[in-house]
Amino acid sequence: MSLALSAEEQAIASGQDGAAMAMRIVAESAALLGAPRLIPIASAHIDGALYHGDSGTLFAERLVEGGARVAVRATLNVGALDLMGCSRVRLEEPARGMARRMMEAYRKLGCEQSWTCAPYQAGHRPALGSDVAWGESNAVVFCNSVLGARTNRYGDFLDIACAISGRAPDYGLHRVENRQARLVFDVSGLSASFLGSEIAWPVLGSLYGREVGNAVGVVAGVSSHPGEDALKAFGAAAASSGAVGLFHIAGVTPEAPDAETILAGGRPETVIRVTPEMAAKARAGLSTAITQTAIDAVAIGSPHLSSAEFDALEELIGGRRLHVPIYACTGRHVLTTLERSGQRKALEASGVVIVADTCVVVTPILPDLAGGVLMTNSGKFAQYAPGNTGYAVLYGSLADCVESAVAGKPRFTDIAA
Amino acid sequence: MSALAEILVPGRAGEGEALVLTAPISFWGGVDPQSGRIADVRHPQHGETIAGRVLFLPGTIGSSSASAVLMELVHNGHAPAALVLHEPDAILLLGLIVGREMGWRTPVALRLERGAFAAYRGKRVSVADDGALTTAI
Repeated sequence: MSLALSAEEQAIASGQDGAAMAMRIVAESAALLGAPRLIPIASAHIDGALYHGDSGTLFAERLVEGGARVAVRATLNVGALDLMGCSRVRLEEPARGMARRMMEAYRKLGCEQSWTCAPYQAGHRPALGSDVAWGESNAVVFCNSVLGARTNRYGDFLDIACAISGRAPDYGLHRVENRQARLVFDVSGLSASFLGSEIAWPVLGSLYGREVGNAVGVVAGVSSHPGEDALKAFGAAAASSGAVGLFHIAGVTPEAPDAETILAGGRPETVIRVTPEMAAKARAGLSTAITQTAIDAVAIGSPHLSSAEFDALEELIGGRRLHVPIYACTGRHVLTTLERSGQRKALEASGVVIVADTCVVVTPILPDLAGGVLMTNSGKFAQYAPGNTGYAVLYGSLADCVESAVAGKPRFTDIAA
Repeated sequence: MSALAEILVPGRAGEGEALVLTAPISFWGGVDPQSGRIADVRHPQHGETIAGRVLFLPGTIGSSSASAVLMELVHNGHAPAALVLHEPDAILLLGLIVGREMGWRTPVALRLERGAFAAYRGKRVSVADDGALTTAI
């Protein structure tokens, strides 16, 4: 089926301005995907404002010069700079200036200055069943899976093009039939103590992503709601080890009251029975460091930390002085709370470096250290830190990360899968 | 050897040594946007460069910023000579669609069955703008 644009869409696309450019990008993507039409969207989350090089800045400025404005609510994902001035970003000129110009261009397009990869914890929560265009792989998977709003994995540039045109290709996860699960990821063979631990969700997410690729699956065998931050960690890990855009958890996520309801035809094509060995292997696979005698830093907050996660961090540190810094990445929506409560001051006094508006794997914040070792409790940081920062990674729970930061060397608590 | 592949995104013809990836890759975090070198230490082709190569992709994973990395490679002259994908990848290929809108010269992207990739390994491949793939002898 070929793409049919409405007369209005065609008229916009044939223009010379920024709106025309945006409409053409949406239409070309729709044609590539085989979408029959464009559909209206309720909101957008824009991942395109992170500096990867000059080309992205030039694109955003071209849209601004063309008079484009977003037609729907559009929040911004992280940028390359900490505009709140909490941490020092080692991005040098001319890249620094280009990154700033890029952030400024997206502001001029009418986007909200949210600068977070967890917009869903910063007040942007589209309604169940609504169509939206979100970028940033963890935000996409959370939006689809936990909120039940409908989005595909919008790549950089298509997100802003959709926000400007107010439209998205009618394709993929916007269509109900594509949201049904085809496989079951059964975790009932894992111990209750492991499933109740903090590391269960990032570890299982990493395994899930690798096992399912881009398929839609339903996780079975979870007896109680693990909490929103656990689902955030699961989705982020799954979307970085695989191409996961939507998962269901039977009895937990809104489209899956039980596994049968969400399975296409009521039965799975495949059942993945997760064994303790598989979970242990996935956990080990999150670490890349060969020697485990010392660590140089801890990084947490991918996705950005919530207020509840900061509370847990503060409690675990308990006023002790850290031997190596903990880089705690978050958005300005949480920073305000931390400042009001006095937590920011207390955490920084212990040696925590708060990073706002950005994070340590998207821009140079960690010291440039050959052979550095970074410990993290984030499946997503574990996936990307080696390639983006040059640090080898050790994976552990938040409690282990804190104890290791205090000691300056890795401390692990055994949690059997 | 030759084949006629479906054009996913039109672009300029190219020629280069084939790079057949044996595992899916995340362009963001997996490929250095300045040089085109594969930076993902867990990837089997870690250390190889995609710049100037005819790149055969069995699949892509991970971040939605793949498009930004590919467009940056187009802009700084380190893009692959051509891309050959098993299936259309709307995230990655946006880098070419937007690059064309910006008026930059973008490589052609083709669709070819994954099973046909291996035959091009280690060969010099030329890709015409009509989708014809030919190996040099």
